[in-house]
Amino acid sequence: MTNTSTLSRGGGRSSDPGPRRPRPPRKAGGLPAWSIPYVLLIPGLLVIGALLLYPLIQMAIIAFQKVGLVQISGKKPATWVGLDNFTSFVDNDIFWSSLRNTVVFAVIAVPLTLVLGTAVGVLLHRLGKKMSLFVIIGIMFAWAVPPVAQGVIWRWLFDAEAGIVNWALNLLPDWLSTALFGRADWTGEPWLNDAWSIYMVLVICVVWAGFPFVAVSVLAGLKGVPAELYEAARVDGAAPWRTFWKITFPLLKPVFAVLTVLSIIWDFKVFSQLYVLAGTSNREAYNLSMYAVTEAFKAPPKMGSGAAIALVLTVILLIVTAAYIRQMFKQEDT
Amino acid sequence: MTPLARKRLDKVTLNTLGVLVFVVATFPVYWMVSTAFKANDQIFTTDFIPFPTHFTFEHVQRVLSEGVAGHSIWLYMRNSAIVALGTILIGAVFALLSATAVARFRFKGRTPFLALLLVVQMIPAEALVIPLFLSVKRLGLYDQLLGLIVTQVALTLPFGIWMLRTFVAAVPKSLEEAAWIDGAGRFTTFWKVLFPLVAPGLVATSIFSFITAWNELIMSLYLISDPTKYTMPVALQYFFGQKGTDWGAIMASSTMMTIPVVIFFLVVQRRMVSGLVAGAVKG
Repeated sequence: MTNTSTLSRGGGRSSDPGPRRPRPPRKAGGLPAWSIPYVLLIPGLLVIGALLLYPLIQMAIIAFQKVGLVQISGKKPATWVGLDNFTSFVDNDIFWSSLRNTVVFAVIAVPLTLVLGTAVGVLLHRLGKKMSLFVIIGIMFAWAVPPVAQGVIWRWLFDAEAGIVNWALNLLPDWLSTALFGRADWTGEPWLNDAWSIYMVLVICVVWAGFPFVAVSVLAGLKGVPAELYEAARVDGAAPWRTFWKITFPLLKPVFAVLTVLSIIWDFKVFSQLYVLAGTSNREAYNLSMYAVTEAFKAPPKMGSGAAIALVLTVILLIVTAAYIRQMFKQEDT
Repeated sequence: MTPLARKRLDKVTLNTLGVLVFVVATFPVYWMVSTAFKANDQIFTTDFIPFPTHFTFEHVQRVLSEGVAGHSIWLYMRNSAIVALGTILIGAVFALLSATAVARFRFKGRTPFLALLLVVQMIPAEALVIPLFLSVKRLGLYDQLLGLIVTQVALTLPFGIWMLRTFVAAVPKSLEEAAWIDGAGRFTTFWKVLFPLVAPGLVATSIFSFITAWNELIMSLYLISDPTKYTMPVALQYFFGQKGTDWGAIMASSTMMTIPVVIFFLVVQRRMVSGLVAGAVKG
């Protein structure tokens, strides 16, 4: 009777379609189907709620309170001061110079980053394959440098004594340097003392680190534009400048819109680079970010006042973000 | 000029511009690295010394042994690595769950959730650090790397979900349906079908979060005061508080901090770009 086992193994199982019955989709782990996305979202929502939204609300509340050392240690509850934290801004020079620095910096750095990045993106598109990859890897280096290290690098390049920028300016013929800047000897020029020159260095630093992202995004956008369009423009004898404004720009408008808003948001919040370039002792060089945290954490801490400054910054960013979201959902096709 | 000659000239101009862009982008980085290996008499000079003629490891050795703020740079590198790795381990799980929800299901509240992801990315860390400092203090997480990890997860998660959902959406739904018909359960389908296909996207997203956490300064600056818990960005800026700026040591340290990020960038170069652009531009 050696046959029986073979028969039962070969014949019995495989001809039976039993185990292939599809599972009813309604029951999975005992959860109704409609609830599954919500269950999946729970951890993410908890993190966002507890660590981003709740602190955001708290920050808005603290902005109307006095929170000093005794309140931080929990010996006394925070006291309500109404609008005092905000009204004190009115005749506070540092607040106004921080606001001005924040806005002026963004107004200069954002267009520069976008224009340079777009130009490099168009260049990358027109370069040969190997050359394009070579340049992309090059700009990746600038993009990859951590913000703190960016600050460190540019602080070194603009160093008063041994910085390479002063060395380069000394190379200019004396008559030219004198005619342009009124001086011939640049050794010892302290670039990181005055607010205006600190911000000049900051603009260079942020544009240098920020243009690669724009360039690579524009390149990705350009790759989606049908080559025939450029072919047609060339046949019609259109100048490159015209081709850019008539073909590239309208087609990449959504890309530019998002890049602009992202750059505005990033540049309004710039912190690490400024912290390294200027330090906390030069109050004239504060922007809103720096002013908010130094006000809140320097001795003696004034958390309420810091939160009020941070709230001003947040409201500005919220307005910009509203524009960003409108653009994002215009493109949303899923 | 003949059209051919003109074309060649164009090519020369374009390639020259390309080289110029390359030099502008890389020179500051090169200058940091070369300064790290120059002897002090070649650093503190008003002359231009294009590369270290007396190549030296003295600065690297010094930051590894003496370091800054009384501890070796290794300690700060380790702290930063712990924070960044902890952030991506927790963040990856959370991001994958949320990304699956928004990419695979149509449900009430999906669009508001997507909008929420964008809004919370705007919140400046400078605004969060004040209330988080108070909470962290109350919870006994002040001066703890765990406290930093928790805040970094929060800072990186919204973008992580946003980026990862495009990778989840790219996996054809028919694959899951096939597994479904073959009798696989929800969990098996997720683990055996969706997960392996999304894994490359998860790596790219995690690398992005790693870099964000590795670079972050504000939280580390104000949620940590114990020098043994400093992260690299805090240690790096600490150099400037000292008397006389030791540029060799600073450049050696910032080079060490930059290397992992550059490696990650080059490794995931293509995916990084497509992921960022897909996540940030195409939606």
